[in-house]
Amino acid sequence: MSFLAYGVVAWLFLIGIYGVVSSRNLIHLVVCLSVAQSGTDVLLLEIGYRNGGHAPVFVDLPAHPGPAVDAVMQALALTDVVVGAAVTALLLAVVVQVHKRAGTLDPDQLRATRD
Amino acid sequence: MSRRARLVFFAVAAAALAAALGVGLAGLPSFGAQLSAYARMLNELAPRQRHVTDVVSAISFDYRGIDTLFEEFILLSAVAGISVLLRPLSDETRRLPQDKAPDRTIPPPSPAVWLLAVFLSSLLLLTGIETVTHGQLTPGGGFQGGVILASVLYVVYLGTNYATVERFQPNALLEASDGLGASGYVLIGLLGLLAGTSFLSNVVSLGITGDAVSGGTIQLLNVVVGVEVAGGFAILASEFLDQTAVVRTRQR
Amino acid sequence: MTQAVIVVALVWVAAAGTAVVLTRDPLRQAFTAGFFGLALAFLYLSLQAGDVALSQIVVGAIALPLIVLLSLAKVRKDRE
Repeated sequence: MSFLAYGVVAWLFLIGIYGVVSSRNLIHLVVCLSVAQSGTDVLLLEIGYRNGGHAPVFVDLPAHPGPAVDAVMQALALTDVVVGAAVTALLLAVVVQVHKRAGTLDPDQLRATRD
Repeated sequence: MSRRARLVFFAVAAAALAAALGVGLAGLPSFGAQLSAYARMLNELAPRQRHVTDVVSAISFDYRGIDTLFEEFILLSAVAGISVLLRPLSDETRRLPQDKAPDRTIPPPSPAVWLLAVFLSSLLLLTGIETVTHGQLTPGGGFQGGVILASVLYVVYLGTNYATVERFQPNALLEASDGLGASGYVLIGLLGLLAGTSFLSNVVSLGITGDAVSGGTIQLLNVVVGVEVAGGFAILASEFLDQTAVVRTRQR
Repeated sequence: MTQAVIVVALVWVAAAGTAVVLTRDPLRQAFTAGFFGLALAFLYLSLQAGDVALSQIVVGAIALPLIVLLSLAKVRKDRE
């Protein structure tokens, strides 16, 4: 179980980076980067999980609720998800402007200097 | 380097990274085994100390409120960066979409789409306000509710056309709400300094646990962050929409 | 029972993440990314993280597909 849980995190990160390295389209590249980013959120929440735990919301609980999961990790992951989307939007704005200037979205065709 | 060389280099580097990740992740405590002492203590104390039922909100906006301040400013800078990047460049101009065949009438949007847009946008507005103001009671809060509020504009755009949504998103109002949200967080934090304790301490009356108004500054900060995130994501969408509909290359 | 749900969620997330990377066309990738966001939200819910799941649903269903599709529309318009 631990192997599967942490293995998925490593897999998401590595497959995301593979997507970035082997991409032929800048928009595809940015979405792959967001996949790699979500791996870290999954890791945060997995560290904070407790077997048999319930969500850290203390209202309408049954008589013997048991332990709650880690709320600190959830607070970290929560803002990470929203801010990650804003940074992905920033990268896509860069991609749009690159396309205007270079006329192509292929990373292999882009050159560092203008002709 | 050539594409093939790059992929080979990546394969080697990925193998090394996978090995390092394996060693690192194997050192973590087994999945679901134990909680950190800080987490156990906060789960015990937060409902009693801050009169909230959602401990995650209490941690985001009270115990670790300073981190959320920085996250909010990351969001603000990302939106400012997008506004700068997508400004009309020197060889572009802003021109509203024009009908290329003015003698033909544009078919109005279908009544089904329009009705769905009206229904969804009002439902999303209410849900967004509810999520923002009930952040200290149930899962929710400023960040989630703010994006739901921004999606009202997206639904209006999808159900109608660019001209209609342009009327509903006065840029000055969106930018003002974004700035107000970000500065409001700092001002509420300064209330703590004015009251004689530390920055961002919870100085407003805490209320009764489970009430609609409870948690003190946690609820106020939720509202402020909701305003900021809603303004930020609405500006973000309007910048991208402007690029597709309005900004055009200057004809030479 | 919860363990089985978490295992299913983890496998779904890994499969959906691979599908996002292997979908080369950006337009199709927008749909696959929406599916990946749903898988992530399901995983977060099964890990008892309600706040994070709500964030992921809201971002993955609203913000991310919108900006990807608008960028694609802009790029296509420039190509014409």
